[in-house]
Amino acid sequence: MEMVKTVVRVGIADMNIVQEPNTIRTSGLGSCVGVVLYDERRKIAGLVHVMLPDSALAKGDLVNVAKFADTGIYSLMERLKTEGSRPMSLKAKIAGGSQMFQFGSNDTVRIGPRNVEAVKKELSRLSIPLVAEDTGGSSGRTIEFDPAESVLHIRTVNAGTKVI
Amino acid sequence: MRNNPVISDMHLDVLKEIGNIGAAHAATSLSEMLERKIEMNVPKVTLVSFDEMFDLAGGSENVVVGIFLRIEGDLSGSMFFVLPIESANRFIRRLIGDAEFDFSNPESIDEIGISAMQELGNILSGSYLSALSDFTGLKIYPTVPSLSVDMVGAIVSFGLIEVSQYSDEVIVIDTKIVEHGLKDTSVDGHFFLLPDPQSYVAIFKSLGVM
Repeated sequence: MEMVKTVVRVGIADMNIVQEPNTIRTSGLGSCVGVVLYDERRKIAGLVHVMLPDSALAKGDLVNVAKFADTGIYSLMERLKTEGSRPMSLKAKIAGGSQMFQFGSNDTVRIGPRNVEAVKKELSRLSIPLVAEDTGGSSGRTIEFDPAESVLHIRTVNAGTKVI
Repeated sequence: MRNNPVISDMHLDVLKEIGNIGAAHAATSLSEMLERKIEMNVPKVTLVSFDEMFDLAGGSENVVVGIFLRIEGDLSGSMFFVLPIESANRFIRRLIGDAEFDFSNPESIDEIGISAMQELGNILSGSYLSALSDFTGLKIYPTVPSLSVDMVGAIVSFGLIEVSQYSDEVIVIDTKIVEHGLKDTSVDGHFFLLPDPQSYVAIFKSLGVM
């Protein structure tokens, strides 16, 4: 009998975790970056939909940790740890960071590439290897990660789908 | 929104009123341009989460023709004109007289169609914003509009970067665009004005409600 699969959906500036046979998905990534941390052996994965590079940008006092590359990736790692994954066994795949529009203030226009840089910096700080990425360009992406196979499916409007 | 001024229902009603004034002007311009009766109204002004904002435009994965521009001056923020592909095609085919034009087929998208769409965005936002400026006395300068055919989430999130540094919610002045004379006169498109949080006070003060 086939097990029923559930797709766990992650909104913008949000995170969640998933165990096989379920998959985890976030849609409409533009300048945002979808960061997947996964544990190949335990078939468990987490996804955070990062919107801004650094929590130092927060001007409010209610900080949603999932919104920023630095706090988001760290919190996701902590959540996977509570599920029994050792940080040493985590790997990462990322997608997103487009430049959807070519104007705005300089900081805003470069927000996609800045998000990607910040994500890589945080992964390296936490010693989590980045196994694959599909970043940059000027297209939106919808991504879905399958922890059973450790693969990330990426769909764009004009370039179809690919798997990393 | 703890460090923003307290936004009451009365404030949202005021924004709805100025949205309606802007929308009426924009509808007149669009009707003249397309020689069709177009109506626009502001069904609601709401404080919503970012995901709820995408839902207003059909969900984050919904593919649309999106025009984006920034507004600067006494009032700063982002403005989006989001149309389903079919509606955008209808508008542009009528404007440039090319029945083959199709935003969903990259090969058929030529410069003329893109320029026409940007011009449409220019005229709409221009008439909307000049009405807003007249009513509030605030100086408002729109940037040149930019166009993208992609998923709602990818397009609209770009305009949320500024807001997201302050909050996880945004005030949306959502304008519904309805074209008359079609079988389906349901929601045709949306026009979103997302003021930057630091502009809320400027708007309310100019209208004497703060």
